[in-house]
Amino acid sequence: MPKISVTVDGVTNEDDVEPRQLLVHYLRETLGKTGTLVGCDTSNCGACTVHLDGKAVKSCTVLAVQADGSDVLTIEGLAKDGVLHPMQQAFHEKHALQCGYCTPGMIMASIDFVNTNGKSDPTEQEVREGIEGNLCRCTGYQNIVAAVQYAAKTMSSTGA
Amino acid sequence: MTAVDDHPAHEVGQARPRREDQHLITGHSTFVDNMQLAGMLHLAFVRSSMAHAKITNIDVSEAQGRPGVHAVYTGKDFAEVQGNLPCAWPVTPDMVNPGYPSLAIDQVNHVGEAVAVIAARTKAAAEDAAEAVLVDYEPLPVILDMEEALAEGAPLVHANTTSNKSYTWAFDSGQAGSGGNVDDAFSGAEVKIKRRFIQQRLIPSFMEPRSYVVQPEGEGLTLWSATQIPHILRIMLSLTLGLPEHKVRVIAPDVGGGFGGKITVTPEEVITALVARKLGKPCKFTESRSESLVSAHHGRDQIQDITMSATKDGTITGLDVELTANMGAYLSLVGPGVPVLGAFMFPAIYKIPAYRFTCHGVFTTTTKTDAYRGAGRPEATYAIERIMDEMAAELGVDPLELRRKNWIKHEEFPYTTVAGLTYDSGNYEAATDKALELMGWDALKADRDKRRADKSTKQLGLGISTFTEMCGLAPSRVLGSLDYGAGGWETSSVRMLPTGKVEVVTGISPHGQGHETSFAQIVSDQLGVPYDDIEIIHGDTASAPRGLDTYGSRSLTVGGIAVVKAVDKVVAKARKIAAHLLEASEDDLDFAGGKFGVKGTDKGLMIQEIAFAAFMAHDLPEGMEPSLDSEATFDPENFSFPHGTHLAAVEIDTDTGQVELLKYCCVDDIGNQINPLLVQGQVHGGLAQGIAQALFEEAVYDADGNLTTGTFVDYTLPSSADLPSFITGSTYTPATSNPLGVKGVGEAGTIASTPAIINAVVDALRQYGVNDIHMPATPERVWRAIHSGFGDTQPAAEQTTAHTEGTSNSDRSGS
Ligand code: FES
Ligand code: FES
Repeated sequence: MPKISVTVDGVTNEDDVEPRQLLVHYLRETLGKTGTLVGCDTSNCGACTVHLDGKAVKSCTVLAVQADGSDVLTIEGLAKDGVLHPMQQAFHEKHALQCGYCTPGMIMASIDFVNTNGKSDPTEQEVREGIEGNLCRCTGYQNIVAAVQYAAKTMSSTGA
Repeated sequence: MTAVDDHPAHEVGQARPRREDQHLITGHSTFVDNMQLAGMLHLAFVRSSMAHAKITNIDVSEAQGRPGVHAVYTGKDFAEVQGNLPCAWPVTPDMVNPGYPSLAIDQVNHVGEAVAVIAARTKAAAEDAAEAVLVDYEPLPVILDMEEALAEGAPLVHANTTSNKSYTWAFDSGQAGSGGNVDDAFSGAEVKIKRRFIQQRLIPSFMEPRSYVVQPEGEGLTLWSATQIPHILRIMLSLTLGLPEHKVRVIAPDVGGGFGGKITVTPEEVITALVARKLGKPCKFTESRSESLVSAHHGRDQIQDITMSATKDGTITGLDVELTANMGAYLSLVGPGVPVLGAFMFPAIYKIPAYRFTCHGVFTTTTKTDAYRGAGRPEATYAIERIMDEMAAELGVDPLELRRKNWIKHEEFPYTTVAGLTYDSGNYEAATDKALELMGWDALKADRDKRRADKSTKQLGLGISTFTEMCGLAPSRVLGSLDYGAGGWETSSVRMLPTGKVEVVTGISPHGQGHETSFAQIVSDQLGVPYDDIEIIHGDTASAPRGLDTYGSRSLTVGGIAVVKAVDKVVAKARKIAAHLLEASEDDLDFAGGKFGVKGTDKGLMIQEIAFAAFMAHDLPEGMEPSLDSEATFDPENFSFPHGTHLAAVEIDTDTGQVELLKYCCVDDIGNQINPLLVQGQVHGGLAQGIAQALFEEAVYDADGNLTTGTFVDYTLPSSADLPSFITGSTYTPATSNPLGVKGVGEAGTIASTPAIINAVVDALRQYGVNDIHMPATPERVWRAIHSGFGDTQPAAEQTTAHTEGTSNSDRSGS
């Protein structure tokens, strides 16, 4: 079995992994990072979204071996010293989650969207198109869009 | 009428962000698949690739020898409980139930039916071994079309029945005495139209796949389940498996959405329990998405034949509904009752003097159907709201005017409908007027007419849907009269702890609705203790032992009221203790803001002080039991009836058939609102699901009975880019059947939006001679409807039939 070295949420791990193991299963089963969830078999839902070297990826489309030498950030590494990331705070304040199953992936995708988009005031349409790879069955997206717009403001002012 | 804005209390009515969020946004959720128990085995199922076949042989030898495999079982291994998955709603005494095995034994009846199960050390090992199980099938005829299934001489889905019909359930207002006779209404009617509407099959598609973990424990077990119904499940498991109920514990931790889709007892749940008990080891099963789509229950799937008569001036005189409802291959927990619930909602908000309803439940070789958001009521609302538009078109009147003419007026409540329900309160005028204004209806109409006159390739269609629904499932005696297999009450206990904090136990079991927040808001006001001092306990039969769970918008309307009743009892007991300690008479005590004050003095005691005194029990009134707690059960005298008006504006590109939802506005009246933020969230999510039925979603089978929409690639859930932002508003007509005046909001958006959208689409297409479009209104269907000769002009009246399906591959209706 190949050996990989991956830094996840600031901790470096060395593990033997099956060549076929997906990153999401490595995170969940080997590392016990249960914040990253699985919602589909086809890379459609985005529930498994994490940051790989700073970019959002669906961790069900990445093999664990492909993450060798990389830096992975999951929802569990987002809050620092108990302080929520502005995107987490925005999801809470704007009621952008109901069952919460899509939420970790949605938050990770949304942060990447804001970073890539680079504006403190993305339009509704930009946000809608920016996060369309992540499905939510509960919220109808309206409050998620509002949360992303709200967080974009805070993120640009705090540099988060 | 009390507007929620006028509510004097502090917490109720506030748009408080949820206390549930913290662990979910930081990734510390307790979804079942996150569970790891020492020595736990993982299960994988072998599923049928055939829609209908005899099983001639199952060879498990190769699978058994695989590394990590502990056991392989087929249906025969669980003979003692096979055939027994529960159906708790025998809607008629002669309903045919062929039995439902958790694992198929001799025959499979739909693609995806489980035929064998593997228990292995890892999920991957179990899945690998499942691939190695060889099943020999001898094909039987595939039966997909409900009408063909009912035809004389049709092949049978189940060998142990004599027809594919499970039941016929009927209601006739003439016979029931709630209205006139439909045949009389129809004979000599001035206008009579008949339409066929199709409720396509949908898949609830909660985002969390179903997941179960079972820990066997002596005679019993603990089950962690992604379920909406831990309490009902406990009873059902106990009865199905023959386990002592008090040794069965069911825990519904975080549950990632349900929408009715997690309201059954599933084969996978039962098998996980059986395997865990057989092996004496904890076992886990988590389905993949494709397993979920093919084997978790589906929703809707009805053929609706509906006839309506009216006078020339637009007064509706009679309504006849004949439904054919697809049960799929098996009767699921409440599946047969879903169309029956709808029976009460076809008359909707209208004064209809004569009504007849007949429903046939039919077996086909497809996945079973059961509740999906709204369960029966969206289907009914769709048909009635569509035919109101068609009747308006026949009569040449504005669809809104036809509704106004026929709806129950505000001053006419309470109103008993032709279906026998008594609507306690409502104000359809207010909701409609507000919606029209918020939408900017008149300007949109002008725009629509201009585009029509200009023959623009971007046509505008405007759609209306008014609706009411029956929420708060209870009252128990009414459910009993419908042969529903449970009561409709709910229970709660409220415990004041010595330090003044409060624990509230409820029998409802949320899965994203935010009850911990809204219930704490209610208790805070009623008990006068700070919101943060209140804990809501639910979803575990050990800590919340009694209840009837969450579905049908019953959590607040029934469960919330049980909480209020329990609080009332706590306050009553506290008042006695306060009177004793303050040496005052109970009548001389005021209770406000958590303080019992002696009238006319500044003497008083806080309820927290009384809780402490009740705990210490050093000085209580003669004969009083220590501790300040109480339990209450609430069984309402009536359902609640939220209502609303929804308006849609769609733009149709006549060159491509693309339908774009330009603007959507709804005004829902759900009575008083506990937390408007949560209400808004429920409405948004409901709208997305209803709109998706109109425009995106459909479960499709090919001729061999394979589900061709078996992944999220093919089963189109709307994404953020597919939906607009919605304009939402509220009016407030409190329910009179419960002390909070609440009506329930979980289904409202879903129920009303589907017909609003399709009415808008048909409004745009009517100029091309089109008077119906099958759902979902895909670009192809819309384009064909415009361009390929469908939608020939229908007769102006008398038995006209819609047949403007836009696709040539036709549908199960045979129209
Ligand atoms: S689980 Fe990765 S996209 Fe669905
Ligand atoms: S909050 Fe439930 S799926 Fe998004």
